Amino acid sequence: MGKGGRGWTLGLAGLLSPVTIWLGLFFLVPLLLILAYSFGKSGVYGGITLGFYPGNYLKVFDPLYIEIIVRTLVIALLNTFLCLLVGYPLAYFIAFKGGRNKNILILLVMIPFWTSLLLRAYAWVVILGGDNGIANRVLQFLHITDHPLILIFTPQAVIMGMVYSYLPFMILPLYASLEKFDRRLKEAAQDLGASRWHTFWRVTFPLSMPGVIAGSILVFIPSAGEFVIPNLLGGARTVMVGNLIQQQFLSARDWAFGSALAVMLAVLLVGAIMFYVRRVGAEKLEGV
Amino acid sequence: MGSSKGGPVYRGLARIPDRALLLFAGLVYLFLYAPILVLIFFSFNSTKNTQVWTGFSTQWYGELIRDSSVLNAFKLSLTVGLTATAIATVIGTLTALALARYTFRGKTFADSAIYAATVMPEIVVGVSLLVFFVAATIPLGIVTIIIAHVAFCISFVTIVVRARLSGMDRSIEEAAQDLGASPVQTFWRVTLPLILPGVMAGALLAFTLSFDDFVITFFVSGVGSSTLPLKIYSMIKFGVSPVINALSTVVMVTTVILILGGSRFLTSREDA
Repeated sequence: MGKGGRGWTLGLAGLLSPVTIWLGLFFLVPLLLILAYSFGKSGVYGGITLGFYPGNYLKVFDPLYIEIIVRTLVIALLNTFLCLLVGYPLAYFIAFKGGRNKNILILLVMIPFWTSLLLRAYAWVVILGGDNGIANRVLQFLHITDHPLILIFTPQAVIMGMVYSYLPFMILPLYASLEKFDRRLKEAAQDLGASRWHTFWRVTFPLSMPGVIAGSILVFIPSAGEFVIPNLLGGARTVMVGNLIQQQFLSARDWAFGSALAVMLAVLLVGAIMFYVRRVGAEKLEGV
Repeated sequence: MGSSKGGPVYRGLARIPDRALLLFAGLVYLFLYAPILVLIFFSFNSTKNTQVWTGFSTQWYGELIRDSSVLNAFKLSLTVGLTATAIATVIGTLTALALARYTFRGKTFADSAIYAATVMPEIVVGVSLLVFFVAATIPLGIVTIIIAHVAFCISFVTIVVRARLSGMDRSIEEAAQDLGASPVQTFWRVTLPLILPGVMAGALLAFTLSFDDFVITFFVSGVGSSTLPLKIYSMIKFGVSPVINALSTVVMVTTVILILGGSRFLTSREDA
């Protein structure tokens, strides 16, 4: 660390200037630009008058938009929770019971992880659609229902599509933290008389916290900004903030309000992460 | 949850047998794979129905090959993916070297900026770039798509390469220099070969992210240029069709081959 000079002809400036220029110009400046736009005023033809108009942010508090924001947060939180609920036992299974098949089992989780999110959402469009669709026939075969149900274009379909899409994002970091786990700690707890349940909640689970945090962030953020899945699987009752932002930029052409929504989403999510990490314990994250 | 003590339910749960865990794991794998297998299965259906099996046929693959707009979208995705990967890999590797080897003022800021770029919701990145390109009067098209893809790939490459660098023994580089290698020689002959698996892994990640990206591309592509994900999206919006199933199958099989090939390549390099 710090003893540059010797090995490096490309000095520090040379190494850092490309990234500074690229991310500065094409990441930071655009973000500052929507921050400025969010205080502007949209003209009739989509032009923007810059200034300091808090109107766009006040508009967010319209009950109609509040409803969408609350729905977005509920869906994203529910999705994160369900992914954790389904993903944890699987990650635990692979890490502790996987044995020689560990690598294959984790590869089987990675394949959907690498497969296009769009195609995986499409799979559910196919499965849930239609009275005589696959999901309806399975449900009737299992005698869960005796008549076709409307499954697609519902909030449940959105949740289903999201859990399906984001589950690997939860499992991989969970597995990474459970894999590093020193089994002797479990044995020690049990030798000292702790039950398996007790050992899990007092030893294994707390030590896997970095994975839980990383997985939750990886699932929560993209699902709160999601607009593809509600577009394909949801109906009018499942409009999320992402859809609202998309509408403002592409059809309504109210870029100032769209910018305010985007800024709000970014601030809300970054704030949520900081709160979460601090609450659950930043010191636990350092192990990642 | 873990604070309650005793109780019959609590003690009962304590004896969850491994078999229940095994069953649960099996169901999760079924959940992960059944929809994909259903898609693949019905890509070989003989009628336009994607839900009721009527017989075997490969006609949808024929239709897919004849659809020139799909081929064009694929070519665009490939061009964008390769270009963006090349640029992002070089920039990301340089950044990783700077962050791993130097301490400097503003390093914490640089670190947080790199991570912020990975966690920022895609839709926010997408609309902010759209606003930026329009304000800068840069016409939307392949150039703006590449610029955007490089911007979101750099951070991922940096993180992957940096992880590799942090595990590297610096004494090997020092030995090379003590034996008279110039700094440039040391970089090309010693450092780069050692971090190459990390660089390749970063490049592979960048390419996949670029090739798969829908949200950001959706905002910065303009009307004329459609990458493969954009094309797939418009096909789905137009209506369910076995041609999409066939396309999904091709994309998924290619992805699996790339992952298996990539992981084999990377592990074999790591062993060397």
